[in-house]
Amino acid sequence: MGLMDILLIIIPSTLLWASPLILTALGGIFSERSGVINIGLEGLMVIGAFSAIVFNLSTVSVLGEWTPWVALLVAALAGALFSTIHAVASITFRADHTVSGVAINLLAVGVTLFLVKLIYDKGQTDIIQKGFRKIDVPILSDIPFIGPLFFSNTYWTSYFAIAIAIIAWFVVFKTPFGLRLRSTGEHPMAADTMGINVTKMRYIGVLLSGALGGLGGAVYAQSISSDFSHATISGQGFMALAAMIFGKWHPLGAMGAAIFFGFAQSLSIIGNSLPFLENVPNVYLLVAPYILTILALTGFIGRADAPKSIGTHYIKGSR
Amino acid sequence: MSSRMRNILIPIIAVLLGVLVGTIIMVVSGYDAIAGFQALWNGAFGDIYFTGEVVRQVTPYILAGLAVAFAFRTGLFNIGVEGQLIVGWVAAVWVGVSFDLPKIIHLPLAILAAAVAGALWAFIPGYLKAKFRVHEVIVTIMLNYTALHITNQFIRTVLSEGKERSENIADTASLRSPFFENLTEYSRMHWGIFIAIICAIIMWFILEKTTRGFELRAVGFNEHASQYAGMNVKKNIILSMVISGTFAGLAGAMEGLGTFGYTAIKGGFTGVGFDGIAVALLGANTAIGVVLAAILFGSLKVGALNMPLEAGIPNELVDIIIALIIFFVASSYIIRWFIDRISKKGAK
Repeated sequence: MGLMDILLIIIPSTLLWASPLILTALGGIFSERSGVINIGLEGLMVIGAFSAIVFNLSTVSVLGEWTPWVALLVAALAGALFSTIHAVASITFRADHTVSGVAINLLAVGVTLFLVKLIYDKGQTDIIQKGFRKIDVPILSDIPFIGPLFFSNTYWTSYFAIAIAIIAWFVVFKTPFGLRLRSTGEHPMAADTMGINVTKMRYIGVLLSGALGGLGGAVYAQSISSDFSHATISGQGFMALAAMIFGKWHPLGAMGAAIFFGFAQSLSIIGNSLPFLENVPNVYLLVAPYILTILALTGFIGRADAPKSIGTHYIKGSR
Repeated sequence: MSSRMRNILIPIIAVLLGVLVGTIIMVVSGYDAIAGFQALWNGAFGDIYFTGEVVRQVTPYILAGLAVAFAFRTGLFNIGVEGQLIVGWVAAVWVGVSFDLPKIIHLPLAILAAAVAGALWAFIPGYLKAKFRVHEVIVTIMLNYTALHITNQFIRTVLSEGKERSENIADTASLRSPFFENLTEYSRMHWGIFIAIICAIIMWFILEKTTRGFELRAVGFNEHASQYAGMNVKKNIILSMVISGTFAGLAGAMEGLGTFGYTAIKGGFTGVGFDGIAVALLGANTAIGVVLAAILFGSLKVGALNMPLEAGIPNELVDIIIALIIFFVASSYIIRWFIDRISKKGAK
């Protein structure tokens, strides 16, 4: 097996596994840049995966080929809706952000499995008929060398996720909205003094994280798992959280980290078919993202610092 | 209203609100709520066997709750109880299967191994927090997954030869109790409940009756004031995490030496560590509160298994109720605000 053959397997698979992580990590950035810790990303992905699969199963006969894309939209809305619970608890009711996030994760699993049993009378859904399929990008896949590597045998959702990451970078760093969002996360009192509505910005941040987390879950469910059960989302949300931190709360950094983690994840799955990885136990690849994140936080790989006022409640009039 | 009264009232209101929303969900979904709660009650206390199972479930809940609560008192949020529990479980089983010793040595050794494994796993975030100011929440989350994958590998390579589960532990390392089993019609209730209760007493004693406990709590209240008062904040942070991890490791020993008697490859978490967060919060991070909350959540969890059988209601309803209770306890600010409004009106 030559290098080219190996790359032909690894690159599309990496992008496939990375895209849900990219989207969800971006969600985490919007929430945490506004100052609200969001460890509920896992739960938001669960909601997204569930709503996408249920929507897909029930409307595929009407919408046909477009079903998975419309399901993405539905999942984003469902995720945003569900994240309002986190927003209300941690912003308005001044709950501890981390505790509320833990509750979001537990609640999401409870609610979705309850609904699956209510709707389908069994522990998991059927397998969807129309998910995201492998495609060759027209024209671009004909480019020699680059075409087969990056534009063949791949998924539209991979490009979708990368595009969203670039948009998110632009929004966070190049628009007035992004500046306001970041200022409420760094110094809410200064932001308030300048006439920025801190509560509103934080609500927007959390709702965007819900929408993007929902998208991440929906992409995962419709391109990788194809059904919904208790095991569909098992740790991807936390890995996205890790990607966000490893990417230093920067959209493009998070995208890079997510691609790297996707690479580790896909290697742990397809590694057995690659000659040089046959004898490497999966465990190293499986734990790599988590260990690297801890090292990044510790400062061994360039220090990652969270937004200054993250996890605090802004109470008007208090100093 | 006195603050003591309020502190007792808030968890009770949170539980009632959780149950209320649970009832609404049942009614909206077209289920018979009364039958649901009856099934829940019967599933926990309708039969001596079920009650034995409740005690079996309460045992690790107490220890996991103590682990979370102890760290909380020092101002640390240990989400890593789950990971510390898993390494404790595997360490206990490892000792349980690999040695041939008399019970008086073997059982304590296996329990000790679990405690040490949990403590070491919790030492990492404690040390990183003290030394590099790294937030313990993220590190413990990452270590949960690391623990899951590493122990799976350990089970595959050391505890078995490429199999899915370990051998059963030797009888000499087992917490199983023929006495309790006879008493409860062969439930899996085991001696571990005494260990859990002793640990609750130890936690109360350390925190309330020793100088060290005073220091730990002081660091939790105000790190800087403790520093100026001459306390070694870093040492206290590490110590708190280590003690917390010890409790978590012991919770793992309960599963490994008591309930199951073996360990197997896990696709996901046991959930006990995360439920421990709920237990600690509801118990207001006190020893007695943790025991009471563990009894409540243990009964709910075991009773829930009867709901699909007797009332046709998915047992996940109880998970929803538990999650809602966490929300309501966490949002105590708003409950407090309501209580104040109401008691002020009463005073006029």
